[in-house]
Amino acid sequence: MTKYADLLNLPDTRGHFGPYGGRFVSETLSFALEQLDEQYTRLSADPAFQAEFDRDLAHYVGRPSPLYHAERWSKHLGGAQIWLKREDLNHTGAHKVNNTIGQALLAKYSGKPRVIAETGAGQHGVATATVAARLGLKCQVYMGAEDVQRQAPNVYRMKLLGAEVIPVTSGSKTLKDAMNEALRDWVTNVDDTFYIIGTVAGPHPYPKLVRDFNSVAGREAREQSLKQIGRLPDALIACVGGGSNAMGLFYPFLTDDDVAMYGVEAGGDGLETGRHAAPLNAGRPGVLHGNRTYLMEDDAGQIIETHSISAGLDYPGVGPEHAYLKDIGRVKYEVATDVQVMDAFNDLCAYEGIIPALESSHALAFAKRLAPTLKPDQHLVVNLSGRGDKDIMTVARLQGITL
Amino acid sequence: MSRIQTTFATLKQQGRKALIPYITAGDPHPDYTVSLMHALVEAGADILELGVPFSDPMADGPVIQKACERALKHNTRTVDVLAMVAEFRKTNSETPVVLMGYLNPIEALGYETFVKAAALAGVDGVLVVDLPPEEAEEFSALLKAHEMDAIFLLAPTTTRERAARICAAGSGYLYYVSLKGVTGSATLDVPGVAAKLEAFAGLTDLPIAVGFGIRDGATAAALGSVSDGVIVGSALVSRIAELEASPEKIAPVLKAILGEMRQALDASVA
Repeated sequence: MTKYADLLNLPDTRGHFGPYGGRFVSETLSFALEQLDEQYTRLSADPAFQAEFDRDLAHYVGRPSPLYHAERWSKHLGGAQIWLKREDLNHTGAHKVNNTIGQALLAKYSGKPRVIAETGAGQHGVATATVAARLGLKCQVYMGAEDVQRQAPNVYRMKLLGAEVIPVTSGSKTLKDAMNEALRDWVTNVDDTFYIIGTVAGPHPYPKLVRDFNSVAGREAREQSLKQIGRLPDALIACVGGGSNAMGLFYPFLTDDDVAMYGVEAGGDGLETGRHAAPLNAGRPGVLHGNRTYLMEDDAGQIIETHSISAGLDYPGVGPEHAYLKDIGRVKYEVATDVQVMDAFNDLCAYEGIIPALESSHALAFAKRLAPTLKPDQHLVVNLSGRGDKDIMTVARLQGITL
Repeated sequence: MSRIQTTFATLKQQGRKALIPYITAGDPHPDYTVSLMHALVEAGADILELGVPFSDPMADGPVIQKACERALKHNTRTVDVLAMVAEFRKTNSETPVVLMGYLNPIEALGYETFVKAAALAGVDGVLVVDLPPEEAEEFSALLKAHEMDAIFLLAPTTTRERAARICAAGSGYLYYVSLKGVTGSATLDVPGVAAKLEAFAGLTDLPIAVGFGIRDGATAAALGSVSDGVIVGSALVSRIAELEASPEKIAPVLKAILGEMRQALDASVA
């Protein structure tokens, strides 16, 4: 018997997850969001649409992604068995493509010839540029000027794929400002433009549809666990910035009451320093980018700058469903500091021959903390949401190496 | 009758259109806002829209966004904005003041605290850009309980069905966004605005003011001819930006721009 059955019915028709979520946008966008909601409700129940989505995931993305037993690292840590859901092996190197495939199909069905996206680390931008190229859609990607510097290889990848990358110089020049600019673009070009949001945040229905498209990872992981472990895992672990890879993994397990879930936020230099990106641990509820959720803000309600070693987690908000899952206690939200993240990153390279994304390394850092407290017959599934090729410049710089 | 109702009733009697300037509170410095408000009234403003600074003004273009940054650089908080209104009210009890901003700074204070303080300061209406009627029930009820108006936006993309709901939820006046875009955008389509406003006809007795894209007397007169009033923001705020280093020059410049709009607006309906 589950005490969480209601969770599968969220959000409600107005996009609310308890007190969170909703649709807090200026009037110009209301109609486009109503249309999108109506279109998604119709298509998500349409077997032909679902079949097309599944076919793309299989033959273009390369799904299912493996559930890999990190045996040597588990043994080294001396506790629970760690299993990695290998989203890093997807086409474009991260979970982000699951969502962009889905939203690009929605764009195609809506007949809009142009897509826009915001991006932090560049993974969502690359995944959007990729599907745009494949469908012949015009693509512009907003990216904070700071992130353009930090993630030069991804900027170049987007350009190779035919997308135009627009550096955003307002505010803190990171992901939140890129999202502001993308929203401004959308307000202006709403008739011919589909906005492909990259995470489970934003106005309804985005948190729901991004979660749904990413849930393929959780569904696979659940089946693979039953087959490979012989039962459901004891716990799931995923990093949380906006929280799309985490929602994708968690959602199909929400009513499995015995499966514990941990979301790991970016602890930056440590919560006590204030230099972090952990709204669920150190923020409070507010409204930004179209939804009510936990935010990093000052006493006056102004959004404050965040800090993380990974551009993909450098965001002051978090998906509203996470806010609700935190409040009701279904998911526990932890933090990993930059130092702990680098340590886990190095571990995975050394023990498993896998270079993880710095974002995903937050989940690994918590796994490293949790595993030794458990027994060898217990099992953790960690979402290895992306590969670390894009981060080697950052890591080299931290090690004082010039490539 | 509220100050906003009285203002529109008087204008209607006189066969004139409302001129509604917008400035961001605290821009370029909190010390100048109250005197700028008085200057705008002297130049012919019927209603003042005062922007409450927010770090992430998603519906605004670069002009208003930078105004917010200037105001926040001097730590202009929502409570400071209310203090400015109270100060303005010491010598002006007639001109309606409408606060315009985003939800998060209001939520940070708490709805009730904010609404009580706003009423006490002499605020007449509040327009929260990212709070559509669907999410505004509690906030609007509080405003109403304190005899303030909940001002809502109508847009070119608003369907008649939605417009009916918005008209029912709003009070004071409605703010029609003349174009798809952010504040400060350039292109203005007067026949398009007229057609859309005609499509909303019969949905409300509330006055409809039009904003976005008004740069000078000609554009003000053109939009005034198809609505009950015009709202002008970026055209004023961009001058404030230019004069940031010599703020004493701002008031005369804004008065000149607004004065020209007043004249053009009155001439067009005379």
